[in-house]
Amino acid sequence: MYAAPTLTGLFPLLPEIVLGLGAMALLMLGVFRGSGRSVVPIDAASIALLVIAGVIVLWQPEGKLVTLGGSFVVDGFARFLKILALLGSAAAILMSIDYDKREGQQRFEYSVLIVLSTLGMLMLISAADLIALYLGLELMSLPLYVVAASHRTSLRSTEAGLKYFVLGALSSGMLLYGASLVYGFTGTVTFTGIAHSAADAGTGLVFGLVFLFAGFCFKVSAVPFHMWTPDVYEGAPTPVTAFFAAAPKVAGIAMFVRVAVAAFPGITAQWQEIVAFVSIASMLLGSFAAIGQRNIKRLMAYSSIGHMGFALIGLAAGTSEGVQGVLVYMAIYISMTLGVFAVILSMRRSGGMVESIDQLAGLARTRPAVAFFLAMLLFSMAGVPPLAGFFAKFYVFLAAIKAGLYVLAVIGVLASVVGAYYYLAIIKTMYFDEPAEGFYSMPNELKVVLGVCALFNILFFVYPGPLVGVASAAAHSLF
Amino acid sequence: MTSWPILSVVTFLPIAGAVFIAFLRDDEAAVRNARWVALWTTLITFAISLILVWRFDPTSADFQFLEKRPWLGGAINYSMGVDGISLPFVILTTALMPISILASWTSIQSRVREYMIAFLVLETLMVGTFCALDLVLFYLFFEGGLIPMFLIIGVWGGPRRVYASFKFFLYTLLGSVLMLLAIMAMYWEAGTTDIPTLLHHAFPRALQTWAWFAFLASFAVKMPMWPVHTWLPDAHVEAPTAGSVILAAILLKMGGYGFLRFSLPMFPQASADLAPLIYAMSVVAIVYTSLVALVQEDIKKLIAYSSVAHMGFVTMGLFAMTAQGVAGGIFQMISHGIVSAALFLCVGVVYDRMHTREIAAYGGLVNRMPIYAFAFMIFTLANVGLPGTSGFVGEFLTLIGTFRINNWVATLATLGTILSAAYALWLYRKVIFGKLEKPSLFAIKDVGWREMAILAPLVILTIVFGIYPKPVLDMSAVSVTQLIDNFQHALSSVQAASLAR
Repeated sequence: MYAAPTLTGLFPLLPEIVLGLGAMALLMLGVFRGSGRSVVPIDAASIALLVIAGVIVLWQPEGKLVTLGGSFVVDGFARFLKILALLGSAAAILMSIDYDKREGQQRFEYSVLIVLSTLGMLMLISAADLIALYLGLELMSLPLYVVAASHRTSLRSTEAGLKYFVLGALSSGMLLYGASLVYGFTGTVTFTGIAHSAADAGTGLVFGLVFLFAGFCFKVSAVPFHMWTPDVYEGAPTPVTAFFAAAPKVAGIAMFVRVAVAAFPGITAQWQEIVAFVSIASMLLGSFAAIGQRNIKRLMAYSSIGHMGFALIGLAAGTSEGVQGVLVYMAIYISMTLGVFAVILSMRRSGGMVESIDQLAGLARTRPAVAFFLAMLLFSMAGVPPLAGFFAKFYVFLAAIKAGLYVLAVIGVLASVVGAYYYLAIIKTMYFDEPAEGFYSMPNELKVVLGVCALFNILFFVYPGPLVGVASAAAHSLF
Repeated sequence: MTSWPILSVVTFLPIAGAVFIAFLRDDEAAVRNARWVALWTTLITFAISLILVWRFDPTSADFQFLEKRPWLGGAINYSMGVDGISLPFVILTTALMPISILASWTSIQSRVREYMIAFLVLETLMVGTFCALDLVLFYLFFEGGLIPMFLIIGVWGGPRRVYASFKFFLYTLLGSVLMLLAIMAMYWEAGTTDIPTLLHHAFPRALQTWAWFAFLASFAVKMPMWPVHTWLPDAHVEAPTAGSVILAAILLKMGGYGFLRFSLPMFPQASADLAPLIYAMSVVAIVYTSLVALVQEDIKKLIAYSSVAHMGFVTMGLFAMTAQGVAGGIFQMISHGIVSAALFLCVGVVYDRMHTREIAAYGGLVNRMPIYAFAFMIFTLANVGLPGTSGFVGEFLTLIGTFRINNWVATLATLGTILSAAYALWLYRKVIFGKLEKPSLFAIKDVGWREMAILAPLVILTIVFGIYPKPVLDMSAVSVTQLIDNFQHALSSVQAASLAR
């Protein structure tokens, strides 16, 4: 029953509280320091804040913690994804430092907005009713719209921001409509309550479910609600794209999985079909549409659509193995994406930043180490063993086979072969073609991100036990 | 029992060498050092793999030198071991690697360090494929080999290398992903991916059939069997010499090994039911690709097509499931590993001098290169399958093995041996005999010391195994017998069950 929140009762919210207060403090600090000062201290403080939040998440006791009258849960599933989201955000801020310096984007609001958005993600990941979910979703999304348009003078960037905002608002509307339908047919907004009355709620509930899922698909950029992705990825400033591709996807997948598994376990058969369709469509579109792309940011957009399709295979299985697969997939996806974006951010030569894949020509000779790491990350994205990306696909397909989703699995592996083609095309450009003019040397923080991500992907097979084990435990906490 | 993990050492030692080369400084000396490090690494690996032969007990059909460690959690372990079927392939791999490194000594001049690293990584993955005793681990090694081979063809290959490397990669990947799904289905069915356990697991009929097809998709491409062989001529022609050697000698054998290790023992019912399909594909491969080989203008392409034909004998022999057929299939694979490697090395010798592989560009080489002509002759005759060479033993055994089961198939396949004589001898006559008329050939030099060191052991092996094939046959005899016994047992128990019903 509802009890007034006490101070100790808010303990599970501690990481969120720290992030929220910290973001506000940094905002004030930035304003007091005035414009024209270096933003590096604010960036560093933001990263520190995210790290502290991460430490608190790890330090919180095991098991399920509930607060805010049951609308906020911290379980193994939430912990796993929170850590991923925090890592993704911290890396995104780290990778933006050099770019902002060079492009004259010295705005402290940027990192504060990312922290606020991350706060929204953490809310979203822990949300256990539809209201908390919506609050978290909006808190996550609003800063995203702003940072997408953060190059105020660039037409591309403002267009990206506007497009994202309009379509994002539309999807929020659909999600709210779906939530209201669900509330109307079940009389409750808590996931457990919905799960209780789902069995006898009838077709109306399925309608609500479809609208909810439409909103989720938009956030994770799954087909058929993916249209914004290529334009926004291409138009947004590159560090912002790097951010979009990582942490918000984690949060989006988290809410997708939690709502599907926690709120609608009674009608699994119905949503399984929807998720399977979305998954197949995303994999196919991500694989085929990426082939013709010449812009690497646009290509990464299609690639991320495809990856979300693969991750959703695990959800389509609807089992704890499937959720485990999703979690492993997201962890590895984040590492691959951040690593690739670290290279994209370093594609800078005398004329400024370049984004065309052809500019990577001969990178294996001008920068052998970078080319090697990027090649390994791309092979990993293609799912070639023994790299980490193979294990990501392995676990989702394993779950799909167990659940008897053979058609989905076969289409999935075939799509992964098609997808391999365009990753190979990039590797071909780097290794087989004659060198283009070299890039400027890579800033240290990008080197660190690239090195860590690539080594994680290369060496994952040596000791995969821990990640797989933690993901398995996290998945079990949902069931 | 061994006190140290000898198989892991053999498998991962080349990687250690690769890492060492990666940390060499990038200058002139490093190029030279990279070559020497690679050569010594492969030689030491070969020496250690000989310890395996020394300690191997050929009277036991069990897996030996077992290693097992928890890996992916659940029932998926890091598990290694060899038996009489896999050990010959391990030795073949480790023996051919130093030869490949030597063959690339002077012909590779750009990005030598990367080249050597790619080869050493490839060696690890190939040896691992043959030693893995867990399906997922096997798949990891099996597929991982694509990455270095893709780079070897694409970076150091000929003019159409991009096309060839993409074709190689995508073809092989497409076949393998279906096998991966079958592996997963087997995992859920049997609860483990441990190969020794799965060898004795009776899979239900329906699963057997479609898993068999999924494995076929992968191994047929790798082998390669008609009609999915078309990547092979492209890959062979464009790859650098050592790349062709490894492709022909070892990567192709993974397909045959896969049939032996998985398709036949794990899905006996499906194998028995679908053997006619394999026969048909094998016969078409033997006859049709031999005919195709007859009209080739490129030396490497001709040898590539002849490889497809020879692999047809292997699949035919294996699926006959008679003692001679299986033993012949294994022997044919080992023999082909030696002979095709040697033929590609021979092509490499003249290619390094003339930079062309067109048959028409050569003629009368015997006048300037007598030693070369001799070595080439031995390998050509072995390729034809002349008695006294290793090629004969394999073809003969597979043919008599098949004849007992299906004499039509064996008769048609015998036609193929005649055709193989036609194209191989025609090639030899065009390149070696005749008058030395082309002015570009006047100054060509005979094989040097390095090339002789490469070719001599292969000449010796070709003849020794032709006259005395016992060592190879003995090594695998017990394992083969057990394989066939289990196969027949599985078939008869199913028949008994259906009769009882």
